[in-house]
Amino acid sequence: MVNIVIDNKPCEVPAGSTIYEAARSVGITIPTLCHMEGLTPTGACRICVVEVEGAPGLVPSCSFPVSEGMKITTHSPRVLLARKTIVELLLANHPDDCLYCIRNNDCRLQDLAADLGVRRRRYTGARNRFKVDVSSPSVIRDPEKCILCGKCVRVCEEVQQVSAIDFIGRGSSTHIGTAFDEGLNLSSCINCGQCILVCPTGALHEHDHLKEVVNALNDPERMVVVQHAPSVSVTIGEEFGLAPGTDCDGIMVAALRRLGFDRVFDTSFSADLTIMEEGSELVHRIQNGGKLPMLTSCSPGWIKFAEQYYPDFLDNISSCKSPQQMMGAIIKSYFAEKTGIDPDKIYSVSIMPCTAKKFEAGRKEMLHESYADVDAVLTTRELARLIRMRGLDMKALEPEGADTPFGERTTAGKIFGASGGVMEAALRSAYFLITGKNLDNLEVKAVRGLEGCKEAHVKIGELELGVAVASGLKNAAALLDQVRNGRSDLHFIEIMTCPGGCIAGGGQPLSTDLNAITQRMQSLYAIDAGETVRASHENESIKRLYEEYLGSPLSKKSHHLLHTHYSSREVML
Amino acid sequence: MATAMQTAEGRDLQEILERYPNAGRDALIPILQDLQDVFGYLSRDMIARVGAHLHLPVSKIYGVATFYNQFRFAALGKYHIQVCRGTACHVKGSAGVLDDIRRLLTLEPGETSRDGLFSLEVVACIGACGLAPVIRVNDEFYAEMTTSKIERVFKTLKKEAESHD
Repeated sequence: MVNIVIDNKPCEVPAGSTIYEAARSVGITIPTLCHMEGLTPTGACRICVVEVEGAPGLVPSCSFPVSEGMKITTHSPRVLLARKTIVELLLANHPDDCLYCIRNNDCRLQDLAADLGVRRRRYTGARNRFKVDVSSPSVIRDPEKCILCGKCVRVCEEVQQVSAIDFIGRGSSTHIGTAFDEGLNLSSCINCGQCILVCPTGALHEHDHLKEVVNALNDPERMVVVQHAPSVSVTIGEEFGLAPGTDCDGIMVAALRRLGFDRVFDTSFSADLTIMEEGSELVHRIQNGGKLPMLTSCSPGWIKFAEQYYPDFLDNISSCKSPQQMMGAIIKSYFAEKTGIDPDKIYSVSIMPCTAKKFEAGRKEMLHESYADVDAVLTTRELARLIRMRGLDMKALEPEGADTPFGERTTAGKIFGASGGVMEAALRSAYFLITGKNLDNLEVKAVRGLEGCKEAHVKIGELELGVAVASGLKNAAALLDQVRNGRSDLHFIEIMTCPGGCIAGGGQPLSTDLNAITQRMQSLYAIDAGETVRASHENESIKRLYEEYLGSPLSKKSHHLLHTHYSSREVML
Repeated sequence: MATAMQTAEGRDLQEILERYPNAGRDALIPILQDLQDVFGYLSRDMIARVGAHLHLPVSKIYGVATFYNQFRFAALGKYHIQVCRGTACHVKGSAGVLDDIRRLLTLEPGETSRDGLFSLEVVACIGACGLAPVIRVNDEFYAEMTTSKIERVFKTLKKEAESHD
């Protein structure tokens, strides 16, 4: 510990911490546009400058370590003037079109300008002109709104190990883009949207599908069917001022009906279906000498990552489609047949915590005869926008239940939303499939939590099953490298693209606050602990689906509708 | 990539990379310089190969290469035009000279025309301030440029190129 004085207040802070961290620990918030907890500080934005007694100039607090006896002033007139000037200079090269901006009222640059009292334009001059990159099905990038804080570059490199983007050029023409400025769709971008979550301005946002969905909702000829992903119910509340982790499942279902969706289904149902197929596939691989370890296939960012960087593992990836795509496939087959509706008339929408799901829905592997399994994907944020557009009061709505036949879920499907959830759900059912009995204790605590990599060995009958769970692709890559180098004790690996799983997905409410993400996770596990049907194989609607339509897991029909295969992808890496 | 390897270009590229065995990111700029010395520019394929050799993402390499003025991403034209934008030339109106050339050739700095005839580059002072505003085409200097002089120079160069064909 070292003794320092911050704003005339003596305090003791851990040695080695930065001034920024030290100030935070004693309740002083220093503003910043480029700082990210846990990642390399770059001191790029200079907003966090403070005065240190004896130092010749202002120092960036995010990257400056404290030392014994240091005297720091965080909000002196000199500091405030410097910060204000920086913001004014940033605004001089900014489109200034806040009213039209997707981040209006939710923008760190706007907040800072307001906090620092920027109320007139002091600098005007030539602005940089760049084209908006609309090439990606998932992520839109508008370099004119970019303030070059570099957060997206760092998250892409340090969290996801993709590095699809970097700073290009120098001086006043510097911008962020892909190799050869070719656009995100041709790059190694995996569409995860983590860059959107960290962007302080409107330079990055999801490829919006609201217009298509609203048009479909207004078309009397169409039956518009919606599914919502397991994690969405515990995050959407944050968009309406509720505490992180508040479960809004019933209210969200009610809101979806008010919006005009003809049927509301729960993707947790098809998560249960995924477990039936994937669990059976795992058992089949183990019993028949199939390729191991088996890797999960739910997370479309990870799938593209594997196609690009780990093509040698493509045969290890489960052939199961993701829950979104399984739901899409059975809506336009089983559901269409059962209700006698022409699948061409069905418009299938999904509400996802994820921008990569937009990419997944458009993949050629996901086309079924002439139509797509899923027609449009909305992120949690887009759903919130739609709800606000219709003026629905989330606090006044009465909770409602989802529709049959795909509204009934077990909590095993629900916990898919957190890293480790797929693994836990799969273990519950794989145990049953192998032994004919349920696990004594359904909760596999070793695979829960927000750590990047978790491992467990689970005894199933005679077999000791080695499992691992990784989230954040850098962590996944480290694990896969171990397997590449000969590690052989693992049978099954769950990989989620986003750190912490779908609860921290690129389509979720804009926050990378660890507390909020922890609350979201705990909410999912509280739902699991509070219900009685907690294993996918006990889902009555799933049993009926197999009896009436699919036959059994891994049947010919299942393979036709619910399974696929991926192949290696040539992009510039 | 296999086809690129069989060409003379591919062999030269391989030879340059082999000069830097087990190299890390500190070898990046020397390699790019070597490539540009031999080929006159950096192509998409070359950068991808350098990335594979150094285990660096191509976006990073492109970022580094675009930071420095010395690297080009298109092959030089038959006539490589350098427009001096140093102080003396600036005072004597080199911004207008550059605009004229961009308009006449519909070419931006760093680009090469589709027919491969002209490439354009902006340089800082080329040490011929007495001739300002000056341009250089290959090894030839053209002094005190005006719009009509520029038009005449390019007309001559185009004619010269045609007679060579």
